[in-house]
Amino acid sequence: MLTVENLEVVYEDVIQVLKGVSLQVPEGSVVALLGPNGAGKTTVLRAITGLLDVHRGRVTKGRVSLDGQDIQSLQAPQIVQAGIGQVMEGRRIFREFTVEENLKAGGHTASRADIAEGLERAYSMFPVLAERRKQTAGYLSGGEQQMLAIGRALMSKPRYLLLDEPSLGVAPKIVQQLRDLIVQINADGTSVLLVEQNATMALSIATHGYVLETGRVVMDKPADELRDDDDIREFYLGLRGDERGSLRDVKQYRRRKRWLS
Amino acid sequence: MEDLIASLVRGFGLGGLYALLGVSFVIIYRATGVINFATPALMILGAFFTGSFGNAVGLPFWLSVLLGMAVMAIIGMIIERVALRPMVGRPAFSAATVTVGIFIILLIVAGRLIGSELLTVNDPFGLNTIDVLGARLFTIDIARLVIALAAIAIVGLFLTRSRTGLAMRATAFDQETSLAQGINVGRMFGLSWGIAAAMAALAGALLTAGSSGVETTIALVALKALPVIILGGLDSIKGSVIAGLIIGVAESLTRTYQPEFAPWLGANFDVIVPYIIMIIVLMIRPYGLFGTKEVVRV
Repeated sequence: MLTVENLEVVYEDVIQVLKGVSLQVPEGSVVALLGPNGAGKTTVLRAITGLLDVHRGRVTKGRVSLDGQDIQSLQAPQIVQAGIGQVMEGRRIFREFTVEENLKAGGHTASRADIAEGLERAYSMFPVLAERRKQTAGYLSGGEQQMLAIGRALMSKPRYLLLDEPSLGVAPKIVQQLRDLIVQINADGTSVLLVEQNATMALSIATHGYVLETGRVVMDKPADELRDDDDIREFYLGLRGDERGSLRDVKQYRRRKRWLS
Repeated sequence: MEDLIASLVRGFGLGGLYALLGVSFVIIYRATGVINFATPALMILGAFFTGSFGNAVGLPFWLSVLLGMAVMAIIGMIIERVALRPMVGRPAFSAATVTVGIFIILLIVAGRLIGSELLTVNDPFGLNTIDVLGARLFTIDIARLVIALAAIAIVGLFLTRSRTGLAMRATAFDQETSLAQGINVGRMFGLSWGIAAAMAALAGALLTAGSSGVETTIALVALKALPVIILGGLDSIKGSVIAGLIIGVAESLTRTYQPEFAPWLGANFDVIVPYIIMIIVLMIRPYGLFGTKEVVRV
């Protein structure tokens, strides 16, 4: 179980981005973390994986733990070794490297045998990559790059995989593929924390969901309850009776939201 | 004809040294984004240690070169850990300024260490010559070229084939993403300093071989690596090799022919040829022959 408790994060010593976030990723689950831009979703991931330093951020309160063990004091490479892999927002593949080099870089912490096995697994999971293993990764299409990024993260055999907006900037058809892929990765025994703006996709596969707004968790419910929630339907899924909404309702929602948190 | 061959070979020997120094700059620049102005001092210290192992301890030349490189690699890693690691995340300009300070410190230390005694590196080349096509060639020039290219080839293979090399290149490309892959970025920085210092040490040993002895004034030679990395492109090893050879040959040819064809330029004009090339390159192709063109959005 990956647990985040009352996490507070401050950037540059002045910008407080997380104001006490708690969430849990139980073993074997897919947990969705939803929220608008700037809510702090990526910051949660950075805090878990030890990448806050790079962005001059700091955990001021709270705790991140993996199976009861504190991990927030560990360095990023140790966290990868502890079994947490991540696919960063915007794919962030090594564009100048070949596909195979990208995958190998992902297996930096793995043993030689694991790398060979991981490569085989990645190529069988993503046949597109197998065809292009010697090609420069920067020339792959957006969807292929996303698959490469996921394949690269899986090379370290993570028990928990954190995905930051995998559907960002890829074609709708590919989003479907990615969705199926996440289901498959989860079925193979990796727990997933899925950060998404595409709530439809995220909630269709998640077991549990959190909604993050301006640094706080404003909703914390099983995914099917979130799917039926009126606010979620309206603001995240874009579903709302027949009539078009008026701005007054939006305002009302905002007010309600503050009151709720 | 004999003049031309002799001049070319001397130029290639010199070019090999410049290439080594250029690679030393490039490796640190690629990994950390910092131009390491301490390279000349690392080179002198490398020559000093090589000479010490050869003379004071009495080891054979090859062994003392390897030991000198190893000692400098360790020193390079220590410098990185102590002086440069705290600068991670700061502007590259600040870190480059730190390397200037390190240069001055190391230069003074090297001056003290060398002292007033004549220290040679005990090389087997000396002033030996061989005759090829009627031209009299110094074996040291050939040795410089061959050893430099071999050393660069080994570093190149390490970077492209080995796992650590891959991690180093990944770090150079994107530090945050490398961290997310579990690569210990700090260790890669240290390693790049170690390799760069070892390359500088080798250049120092080869430069001192076949000449008078270890002196701090050879720092001037190391500065010619600046034209080399500017011509070759700051981030390209291949560029450093080709640019090093071009500049070495250009300097050597000028030395041979300028007094004859353009005596009005005065004596020792060859010394400034690398810098003239550098200025021309900066004017017409600032990212060098093989460097990455800076992408600027307007």
